[in-house]
Amino acid sequence: MIEISNASKVFTARDGHPVHALSDIDLSIDDDEFVSLVGPSGCGKSTLLRLVAGLAPSTSGSIEVDAIPVSEPRRDTAMVFQAPTLLPWASIEDNVLFPLKVMNVLDGTSRRRAHELLELVGLAGFERKYPRELSGGMQQRAAICRALIHDPRIMLMDEPFGALDALTREEMSLELLRIWTDRPRTILFVTHSIPEAVLLSDRVVVMSPRPGRIADILEVALPRPRSFAMEGDPAFQATAQKIRSLIFEHHG
Amino acid sequence: MVENAQTLTRSTTWAAWLRGFAQEAVLPALVMVGLVGIWEASVWFFKIPVYLLPAPSVIWADCAEISDVILNHTLATLHTVLIGFLVSIVISVPLAVVLTSSKGIATAVYPVLVITQAIPKVALAPLLVIMLGANELPRVVITFLVAFFPLVIASATGLMSVPHDLIELGRSYKISLWQELCRIRLPYAVPMIFSGLKVAITLSVVGAVVGEFVNADKGLGFLIVSASAFFQVPVAFGALVLLSLMGVVLFQVIVVIERIFFPWSAESAGNSFM
Repeated sequence: MIEISNASKVFTARDGHPVHALSDIDLSIDDDEFVSLVGPSGCGKSTLLRLVAGLAPSTSGSIEVDAIPVSEPRRDTAMVFQAPTLLPWASIEDNVLFPLKVMNVLDGTSRRRAHELLELVGLAGFERKYPRELSGGMQQRAAICRALIHDPRIMLMDEPFGALDALTREEMSLELLRIWTDRPRTILFVTHSIPEAVLLSDRVVVMSPRPGRIADILEVALPRPRSFAMEGDPAFQATAQKIRSLIFEHHG
Repeated sequence: MVENAQTLTRSTTWAAWLRGFAQEAVLPALVMVGLVGIWEASVWFFKIPVYLLPAPSVIWADCAEISDVILNHTLATLHTVLIGFLVSIVISVPLAVVLTSSKGIATAVYPVLVITQAIPKVALAPLLVIMLGANELPRVVITFLVAFFPLVIASATGLMSVPHDLIELGRSYKISLWQELCRIRLPYAVPMIFSGLKVAITLSVVGAVVGEFVNADKGLGFLIVSASAFFQVPVAFGALVLLSLMGVVLFQVIVVIERIFFPWSAESAGNSFM
């Protein structure tokens, strides 16, 4: 359970002026819930993610995971970035094993687990390849395996499919859904794509900029398992439309 | 099917390698041979006196006569070059780590580094001989002073160029600063460190010769000075050729070490030139 209450984040800009990246964020996320953060650039989505990750402290308010305040990165949390951020000198397998190595928990079963994960995302046989030998989509799949290798309870994904082409992106969304359905965990997912947010999430948090705050939180009332065929569904359309109007009314 | 495809790619890579070899080795060698031929022919044709410009054949003959002496001088210079180069590595890479880990230290130390670079090494050499004695030490110090700066700059640039996400990835697993250095920043800097090493090794040869010009009783730099003094111009030219060869060979050794031990570095896009 992630509990964000009254959290604010103020940066100091280069000219010395304070920038309110986040203001009065209240959000609680249940275990195994899939929550998306949607909003225009500069609404503080990524900042919120980094606060939950423990990579940056909040200026005021509190962020708690299981009633424990987050003051530093937690080992049951994993991040996925927009870029695959694989180590160019390490094989795909070694990249996937990276978290276990740096946490000193590599054991006899680790390699098998890495293989299983790579198989799960369709990268079986690529263990010995290097990142530069893989396409962008395949690299991002490997990055997701890396995030899953220590079986984190919380996954924080910062526009993980943002750098991929549209087709690969849809494919990856479905794959993520499948992985999450197989083995549920809490996912906080930042995206610019409204359909992606609706398709994946239990709830969509719509944010608005200057200062970054929550405009509204929408339940996605669509049954699971989900597929892109549901895009025609009136409930899907209505939710997407609601999100769109929330974003653009603040812009207009 | 798969096996066929693999043999196919293997044979095409062989063909490509052969073509690459022809382009990269045979052509330049032909150009070199051609230039030496022109040199030889012009010396004979224009009857250039040997003390102005000896013909390649004369250089070869004169040097071959005293080949054991020249070998000793070559080994002496090589010794200075390698020790100076190794000292540069041992000092430069840790120094780059320190410089990039703290803004304060960087601001404090950087001007000193620039000053060491601004001091003309040729002018410093005689003073170093007085300070450190008439032995190999001042030559090694000069070699180091000439070679270390580009290595520091290249290493520091490499360490600074690590993408922010990669650092953040490490932090999200709570890795220590030491792990961050060994597992992320230093490996990431390897291609830049190697381009620094390539500059440093050729400068090391320059540094050693500068040291030998000022104070030495052996070495190719010493040989050039003493041979010129006795108008043994072909020998001096021979020493010059050997010095250039030494630079080229040492440079290639670095290239090969990079290809063998850090293939991903040799192939990375940022390092495609040489």
